[in-house]
Amino acid sequence: MTAGNDTIRIDNQEIPFTAGQTIMDAALAAGVYIPHLCHHPGLPPSGNCRLCMVEIGNRSVAACIAAATAGQQIRNDTPELNAARKAITQMLFVEGNHICPSCEKTGNCKLQAMAYHLGMLDDHFPQFYPHRELDASHPDILLDRSRCILCDLCVRASRDVDKKNVFAIAGRGTQAHLIVNTPTGKLVDSPMAKTDLAANICPVGAILIKEKGYEVPIGQRIYDRQTIRDIGLYEQAEEKNKE
Amino acid sequence: MLHRLHAIQRDCLHISRESIQQVAQEFDLPIAQVAAVVAFHSFFHTRPRGRFDILFSNCTSCGYLSGGQDLLQLLCLQLQVTPGETRADGLVSIDETSCIGMCDQGPSLLINGLPITHLNDNKVVQLAQLIALETPLPDWPANWFDIHHTVHRRDWLLSGSPVPREIMLKALDIGRDNTLAILLQSGLRGRGGAGFATGRKWQLCREAPGDTRYVVCNADEGEPGTFKDRMLLTTYAENLFAGMALCAFVIGATQGFVYLRAEYHYLLESLQETLQSCRRHGLLGNRILGHSDFDFDITLIVGAGAYICGEESALIESLEGKPGIPRIRPPFPVTHGYLGQPTVVNNVETFIAAAHIVHSGNETFRTTGTASSTGTKILSISGDCALPGIYEYPFGVRIRQILDDCGAQNVQAMQIGGPAGTLLNPAEFGRTLAFDDVSSGGSLLIFGPQRDLLTIHRNFARFFAHESCGFCTPCRVGTQLIQKELDTIAEGRGSAYTIVELQQLARLVQQQSHCGLGHTAANHVLEGLHKFPLTFSSRLQPQFTARFDLDQALASARHITHRDDSAAHLSND
Repeated sequence: MTAGNDTIRIDNQEIPFTAGQTIMDAALAAGVYIPHLCHHPGLPPSGNCRLCMVEIGNRSVAACIAAATAGQQIRNDTPELNAARKAITQMLFVEGNHICPSCEKTGNCKLQAMAYHLGMLDDHFPQFYPHRELDASHPDILLDRSRCILCDLCVRASRDVDKKNVFAIAGRGTQAHLIVNTPTGKLVDSPMAKTDLAANICPVGAILIKEKGYEVPIGQRIYDRQTIRDIGLYEQAEEKNKE
Repeated sequence: MLHRLHAIQRDCLHISRESIQQVAQEFDLPIAQVAAVVAFHSFFHTRPRGRFDILFSNCTSCGYLSGGQDLLQLLCLQLQVTPGETRADGLVSIDETSCIGMCDQGPSLLINGLPITHLNDNKVVQLAQLIALETPLPDWPANWFDIHHTVHRRDWLLSGSPVPREIMLKALDIGRDNTLAILLQSGLRGRGGAGFATGRKWQLCREAPGDTRYVVCNADEGEPGTFKDRMLLTTYAENLFAGMALCAFVIGATQGFVYLRAEYHYLLESLQETLQSCRRHGLLGNRILGHSDFDFDITLIVGAGAYICGEESALIESLEGKPGIPRIRPPFPVTHGYLGQPTVVNNVETFIAAAHIVHSGNETFRTTGTASSTGTKILSISGDCALPGIYEYPFGVRIRQILDDCGAQNVQAMQIGGPAGTLLNPAEFGRTLAFDDVSSGGSLLIFGPQRDLLTIHRNFARFFAHESCGFCTPCRVGTQLIQKELDTIAEGRGSAYTIVELQQLARLVQQQSHCGLGHTAANHVLEGLHKFPLTFSSRLQPQFTARFDLDQALASARHITHRDDSAAHLSND
């Protein structure tokens, strides 16, 4: 079997894949964007945000964790799936306290960019207004759990790339929250540094590098200039260059 | 590690930050992992519970409301306790928990892990007095703690008696391949509900590459309304262990686990004794019945109050000392299970049935039931019927027959397979119990004419919102939103739009979630909307009504501004 001859079909586009690739890997490598928040090229996939749900026959699967297999007929960019993705994005908004107009991350935030991408015009669902703990103990890094979407990217980045294992997610249901792997539970007692991948991978404003928030003015930030689709494809290409 | 945490919770009434640190050190684990396990389970607490720690079941059959009055509220009033909190003097804490598997025993609670059943107002008042006087539990009326298993109908499985020695001798006599062949031919399918062919599972596990293999018994009977494993673990534990040993014999495992739900902690002692007796009789341990290359033993692990741990990959995570978050599947446990090794996970009833099939041959089994659902199924029947209890039926039995047998009259609706299962209306009572018709892990809840089905839906919705593991967005947030929408309708604030919302939400949760919990959590809503539309539509308001309480919405503003004057209130009219 020659790997190069194996293809999957996403929305009528034939896409090659190699053994071991997920649908997401193959799609991004071929320049086909599947919306995602908890996936990041180079980190093991998790499958928690569910934005990358695609359909194969009458089955829904998360593209980031489903293996690509020859002959798959996959629906991705359909009105139904994008409506579901919008609803999931709205869920992430109401579950936390997302204060876009006053958030340092505005313009650099993937959740916000995803909302624009999917044409989200309101929260739709009632707000939860959760009370979540803020940790400002670290001199260089702020942890505001109010804005956390539990994507687990910092957990994986810290464990698998930084090799520091600073974070974990604890608690069930809406009680789920990010915890710090120190006796005090405070970030200051962890070995985390602002140069760590974990400090820079947060898609939202939950982990912020202090004193950097407004170096780039609003209006000139990442998603002010490019769409989340372009950035998603760019991140994949960048990871491939690293290899 | 779960046992260590249970011991700390019992002795210190909570698990402090220091204890978490200590356990992490003992087991050489990250502190965050231990903290995450503590936070994941309902029976572990980071703040001290009362010396009398009471958990009322909130199930529709054994819950504190099931007797027609609010017993939790009554006990809280008697003892001046706020639900969910520990009284200032540390004497008592009162809270609620998901179904504790006492559905045939009337309203029930757990006190320091021990079940008390058949509750009524009178008993609750006595209970309050015993607590107020700090009477030690051993001095309480002993019959309060009695659990009687009522088996109303016995068939192929429950007519047999525990014969672990004969079962093992037979298997050793015919050998591994023939034992597996008997199972494959029997058509036995997993009794947990999903119905995967048991013989095939064992075969796949045997063939999967791995250094070692494991046998796991899922005794995390958490589906509200099911309690048949409680009886099986009491009466047929020897056959269960023999069934597990058979599996070990077939797949080549030396280690097995029984993952027992925390609500059945009270069974632990007797299960340990049975294990010991099996070891003494050479049925477990090294060189089983003198067979030189057959070593197998079983360890009992007690869960800590998390419904999701009944999902096989979540159960394995929990066994490994991690929070019970379902894994990405595939790979399935049968190839990558406990510690990444091939693992068979079967339900209590499945192992016992397997043992019985091997012992008595598969002839009777194969000819009982239907072509695709062979054998019998043990049901836990509760709710509005004269004879709640345990019933064993051949597959293919009609629902109507079951209802007649348990003395259920004028049934309005029934829920089969627990809140995650199927809601049936009377027009469907001609359907049959089978994997390809009405499938069930064992729970059968009956709702009589006087029941308010919306209350049932709200109960189920609350259950899922509480038990969602929180891993994926649609289930974590969606189950909460479904609960809110149902509450909105119940409070008389619903409109036709609320129903559309509910339907869309339910579909989203069903289609986009990560695991079986999410896939099934909204079934009851979708089926309710389809089969009993009046449950919802009869509560809708004909005129415009705000979807929330305007005055209530100002409460936090009043609190912050220290105001309570009339200008700080809004009229809802």
